[in-house]
Order: sequence, then structure tokens, then C-alpha cells
Amino acid sequence: MKRTPRLRWQAAAITTVAALTVAACSSSSSSSSSSSPGAGSSSSSSSSSAALTASAPGITATQITIGSHQPLTGPAAPGYSEIAPASAAYFAYVNAHGGVYGRKIVYKYLDDGYNPTTTASVVRQLVLQDNVYAIFNGLGTPTHLAVVSFLNAQKIPDVFVASGCECWNDPSYPQTFGWQLDYVREGKILGQYVKQHFAGKKVAFFYQNDEFGLDGVKGLSYEIPASMVVSKQSYVPTNVNIAPQVAALRASGAQVVVAFSIPAFTALLKLNALKLGFNPTLVVSDVGSDPITLSGLLEAFAKQGGSKVNGNQLTNGMITDEYLPALTASDSWYTLFKMVHDQYEPKAPLDGNFFYGMAVGYTFVQAMLKAGRNPTRASLVSAIEGGLPQGPMVAPFAYAAGDHLGATGAYMGVIQNGVVVQQGSVLTTDTSASGPITTYTGTEQQAPASGIPSP
Amino acid sequence: MSMRTLPRRLGIAVVMAVIVGFLSIKLNTFRDYQIAEVAVEVTAVAGLTVLTGLSGQISLGQGAFMAIGGYTTALLMLHLNWPFFIALVAAAAVTAATGAIVGVAAARLRGPYLAGATLMLGVALPTLAVAYAGAFGGDQGLNVTFTTPAFLGATFPLTRWQAWVSSLVALVSLVLLANLCYSRTGRNWRAVRDDEVAAALDGVNVALTRVLAFVVAATSAGLAGSLLAIVTSLVAPGAFTITLSIALLTAAVIGGLGSLPGALWGSLVIVLVPTYVTDVATSHGLSSSVGSNIPIVAYGVVLILVMLAFPQGIQGGLHRLLTLFTGPDPKTRTSRDAPTPYVTPSADQAPASQHEKEGTS
Repeated sequence: MKRTPRLRWQAAAITTVAALTVAACSSSSSSSSSSSPGAGSSSSSSSSSAALTASAPGITATQITIGSHQPLTGPAAPGYSEIAPASAAYFAYVNAHGGVYGRKIVYKYLDDGYNPTTTASVVRQLVLQDNVYAIFNGLGTPTHLAVVSFLNAQKIPDVFVASGCECWNDPSYPQTFGWQLDYVREGKILGQYVKQHFAGKKVAFFYQNDEFGLDGVKGLSYEIPASMVVSKQSYVPTNVNIAPQVAALRASGAQVVVAFSIPAFTALLKLNALKLGFNPTLVVSDVGSDPITLSGLLEAFAKQGGSKVNGNQLTNGMITDEYLPALTASDSWYTLFKMVHDQYEPKAPLDGNFFYGMAVGYTFVQAMLKAGRNPTRASLVSAIEGGLPQGPMVAPFAYAAGDHLGATGAYMGVIQNGVVVQQGSVLTTDTSASGPITTYTGTEQQAPASGIPSP
Repeated sequence: MSMRTLPRRLGIAVVMAVIVGFLSIKLNTFRDYQIAEVAVEVTAVAGLTVLTGLSGQISLGQGAFMAIGGYTTALLMLHLNWPFFIALVAAAAVTAATGAIVGVAAARLRGPYLAGATLMLGVALPTLAVAYAGAFGGDQGLNVTFTTPAFLGATFPLTRWQAWVSSLVALVSLVLLANLCYSRTGRNWRAVRDDEVAAALDGVNVALTRVLAFVVAATSAGLAGSLLAIVTSLVAPGAFTITLSIALLTAAVIGGLGSLPGALWGSLVIVLVPTYVTDVATSHGLSSSVGSNIPIVAYGVVLILVMLAFPQGIQGGLHRLLTLFTGPDPKTRTSRDAPTPYVTPSADQAPASQHEKEGTS
């Protein structure tokens, strides 16, 4: 009989220790974002609210409630956790300046830890319990793939997914729209640069082993001849030990490594290579190359490993591409977004992720204005299918009835002292193997003086 | 007090089915989803609480068995187009077989060594999905299509159907487990847990008894994993991390080890507390970096509080509160040789806690 209490205490002790360990490990977010999510900001007088009706679920005479799943903790949190607060800051600015036809945007984003199973759960909460009008900017390829059929079955507008997967352009997902440059186009643009600038060198690929990385590799392979590629190594975001892959890259003698990775794994790639004295030229896709995020991660990871590095020094010379304007004071979008940043989210770092969150928020407001005074879910979808002005993007959107992908082009850049410096002009292309890559001749749009798009 | 006859247990199951049916119709569709989630957890925790509480084997591998059940279901439904209920039975059979193999190894290990071995299973097995991404879909997992049957009509919410199916499977498992606990097998489990040598002298096959407990727990986990596949429409390694195994053991301990109603209390805690706390945190405008970590903190606090206030879990605590008002149940005192009631840990655990007191005073 004596065994029972001992067993119970053993079980309790093991459970407690294990739970505490897991709790300690899982809070790896290094984000420094702050301020309240959601909208709630000072109201400004908006007249003519008489004509506004509760035209769709999630829309009342005074509010538009939208939801999102975001990696606020977990492996993708560093960097990406800044995006939703940035969008929320932009919405707060719009709300304070009359809102969308007088309605305020309420933005509710929940943490999914970049775990598809959690995504499935939180998105059901947003749709079934919070009754959101639309899911906006749900972040991540593997995560969003877990809910895309559910959202389309429920006929929920699934707009501006924070992933460049080509899979959002699928006739069986009529509610889903991409926004950022898709990874196939991006792979082609990066691939052409590699082919032109590193002819005769040995090239290797390092990519996330899911639709994100595979789409990127697909685009790269359209441009880079197979004879140049000496190794292809992949990682999964749940396993941070990438030493074997980096060793294989080194053994292959690669002189250029093209990476389709999230920021944490770009940093791990760089540090693991450094440890092996392996110093190839790194070409990194836009999503994994924000210099400020990378620099912070490199310093944090190195510190965990007991050494000290200078993040900006390590990112110097990294090659990447950008579909948003460079963060320079002369740019009208930078001026606008910095103003909103300073007013609504001053403690967040003003980096590429923040810029991204603001820009996608801007496009959403644009789409809502186009969807009409009393929008339905269907009218938002048809508004986007009718095409949207490019806004802060450097190249036009692809949106059309048969095309649900977003940006169509980007420019190449090199990271110097923590800033992406543009190399050459903006390039646009399509997602086909033979589609040419052409120089974009149209002009970029300037930010409106009011900071809010016109309908 | 104790409901130890089959009709009584069936009666309770029917009453619970009616309650679930009523709640699922009254509450919104997201609550239906949570009912389904709770039912999944209950199924897995009930098996674990029997394994750990009655047969005395600690397992941190319950999540791995759920993974086996989930992937079996998904693969059968995807590639062979099997209907869900047949895939469910197949998943239970496959996990039972796996449980038997693991159980043979586990029967040789005790206490922390057993916990360690099952921990390894819980950590390693789900990563196979990543290693063989071609068959198991890697990190992204496999999507499972599950729809409402035609006879319910087009407007019947899918989440309600999922809640019904999961609750049905959970209740059937609970009734079967309860019967098993009162059978000769259940008595053997307790005998082996309390004293292996004495049990062996009484003619109990110790090894077989322990393996059988593992098979039962694994089968429950397989059913739970199978249900999880249709509730989330997804089977991915992220669902079956070691965190899940720990959460299941936590639910068993919080609810009251060895108690089937305790499995329900524990599951309610681990499903509802994180969602509730997230809602509170976001509605109070906490920053996202703080708010997103609060559920983990709350979970830990609940765990510590329950273990401080009710060392025998919620069910033990409830029973203690009940005896404060009604006085001790005479039956549990007199019928020492009768089978231990599964609903009340009193006969099972009260004598043990007396030992505890004697030991410390």
C-alpha cells in the first residue's frame, strides 16, 4: 500500500518539472514589440454613419473585426512577431483619421507559435467564436496551409496571407489571396542574379523543407542551370541543429549558398558556417534577410553559445531582394510609416518586418475601401479580383479573377552596415519556367499626404 | 456512492451524452469545437490514468501513440478512402499492437526509468513524420477531409458533428475502461501496483498484467489521435510533441490519478484554461509578447495550486469536500475486499493517505 503515494508524488514531480522546462523553452520570443493589440484608439467624429449597416458577419455600423494567426512565440517569432503589431498600429492611425467609411478596424491576432495544429485551433476560435469578417495576413506557409480549406469551406475572405507560397493561387481556394512577392517569382529573380554574377562558381541551396522552400527552389531551378548546383540541403523549423546540413554544404565546395529560410535559420546558417570556417557568399530570400532582425538574432544566438559577434558585420555583403521600398529617409512611404510608428508603436524596431506590417495594412484598407460602403464577404473578394493599386510595393500586384497572387517584382540588394542597398532596377516576371524577367518601366506610387489610400 | 454496476455506468454515460448533446446545440460552434477537443483529451487521459493510477506505470509516451492513431487514420482515409469509423477501428488496432510491443519493454522498467524510456518514445516518434516526409507530409502534415453526413442536412454545423462523434467515442471508451477497472483485470492491476511479489504469489501473471495495461492505454491514445485528425482536419508532428504527452499526464494528475471522472476534470483544465486566459489577456490589452506567454504561466500556476490544495487531484478534492458535508461513505469503509470504486478514489486512496499521515506524524 505504501507504493501509491510515492507513485503519485513521482508522477506529480515529473509532470511539474517537465511542464516548467517546456514553459521555459517555449518562450523564445525575442520580440520587443509593445502596446495593445486591436484597435481601440481615440475616436474621431465621423458623420454620415446613418447609411452604414451590419452588412456582413464581423461588420457592424461602427466596426470591422478581422483576425489573424501569428507566430508571437516559437521558432518564427524573432522578427515576424513585429508584423501584426505594425499592422495594428497602421489600423489605429486609420481609425483615428475617420476609419474605413467611418468604421473602425478591430484587429485580433492570436499566437500559433508557428505550429500548424495550433493554427487550426486559433483560426477556428477567430471564425467560429469571434465571428471575424476576414482572416488577414495569416502568417506562414505550413501554418496557413492547415486552415486554408477550412476558411474556404466557410467562405471567409482569406486575404493577404503572409507567405509567398504559389499555393494561394489555386482555383479551389477562391477566398484566398497572397500579397507579398511569391517564392517562385522571387526564386527566378534571385536565380537570374546568381547566374549572371557568379558564372562558373559552385552554387548550393539551403531551404525550409515545405512549400515555402520548395517553391523557392523551383524558381531558382528555372534560372540556375543544374550543372552549377553542387548541393541542396533542407531544414525543418522545429529542429535547430543544422550542423550536419552546413557541414554538407561546406563539403560540397559551394562558393555561393542561396537560402530560402526564416530569419532564425538564416542566422543559424551563418553562425554554423562561421564555426566551420566556411565563408560562402550568401544569397537570402527577402523573408529571411531583414538586416536588423538578423543582426539581433546573430548576436543573441552567439551569446547563447558563449561568444560575442557583431551582427551588422556578419550580415555585410549578404545579397537579397526587396519588394518594398528601401528604408531611406527620402522615401515617401518611409516618411509615412515612420510617422505612424513614432505615434502608435514607438518602442518597436523600425525594421523590414515593421514596414511589412504597415504596408500590408495599407493594402487591406485599400481593398476595404474598394469593397464598398457596406461590404459583404463576396464584395471584398471581387474588389481584390478587380485589381488593386500597388501602393507601397515597388511593382504592381497580379490580382485578377484568375490570379490570386500579389506582388510581381522586386529589386536586388546588398546588405551594407545593416541596410539593404538597392542594386539595379526593379525586375518583374511571372511564375512560369520560360517567362522572361523584365525591367519594370512603370513608376512607383508615392504615399498619399493623408496617409490613407483613396477609394 | 459508488456506481459499480454496468447499468449504472451505462446510465451515467447516457446522461452525459444527453448533456453533451444539449450543450452542443445550445452553445456556439466554437464551443462545439472545444467539446470535441475535450472529448479527444478525455479519451487519451482516461487510458493514461488507468495505466498510471491503477497499474502504476508512468508514461510520457501517450502523445506518440496518439500520433500513431492519427497518422493511421489520415493515411487510410487519404489513400484508401476508408470511411472514418472503420479507420478509427483500424487506428485502435494498430496502436494496440504497438502498445503491446512497447509494453513488453516497459514491463521490465520501473519508476523514473520507465518515464525516461517512454519520454524517448514521445520525443522521437513524431519526428519520423519529418524524416519520411514523402509518406507523412513532413512538418506540414497531412490534411484530412471530414464532412457531415448527408442525412443531417447541408446546414448542420461540422463542428457539432465533430463534437458528437468525439464525445460518443470518448463515452464508449470510458464505459469500457470502467468495466475493465472492475473486472479481474482491474483487480490484478491494483494488486501488481501495490505489491508485485504478493500479486505473483497470488497467481497473478505480473508481466502480462503490466503489458495489458500498456495495450489499453495505447488503444485509448490511438482512438484519441484518430479523433484529433478529424477534429483539426490535420495530422502534423506539431500536434504530437512531447508537450502533448506532458499535458496528458498533467491532466491525469490534476484530475486525480486512477480516476476516470478525474480524466474529465483534467481535460477540461488543459483545454479551457489556455483559451480563457488568452481571451482575458488580449481583452485587457496586454502587449502581444507578454499576452502570448501568459497561458503557459497560467497553466503552471493552476498545476501548482491544484497540487497544493488537492494532492489527490480535483476528483480527490471533490470527494474530500463531499465527505465533509455527508460524512464518510459507509460502504467504502466496510467493503475493503470489494473492488475499488473507480469513481471515488476514497477506497483506493484514502487508506493510502492514512499511511502517509502515519508515516509523517
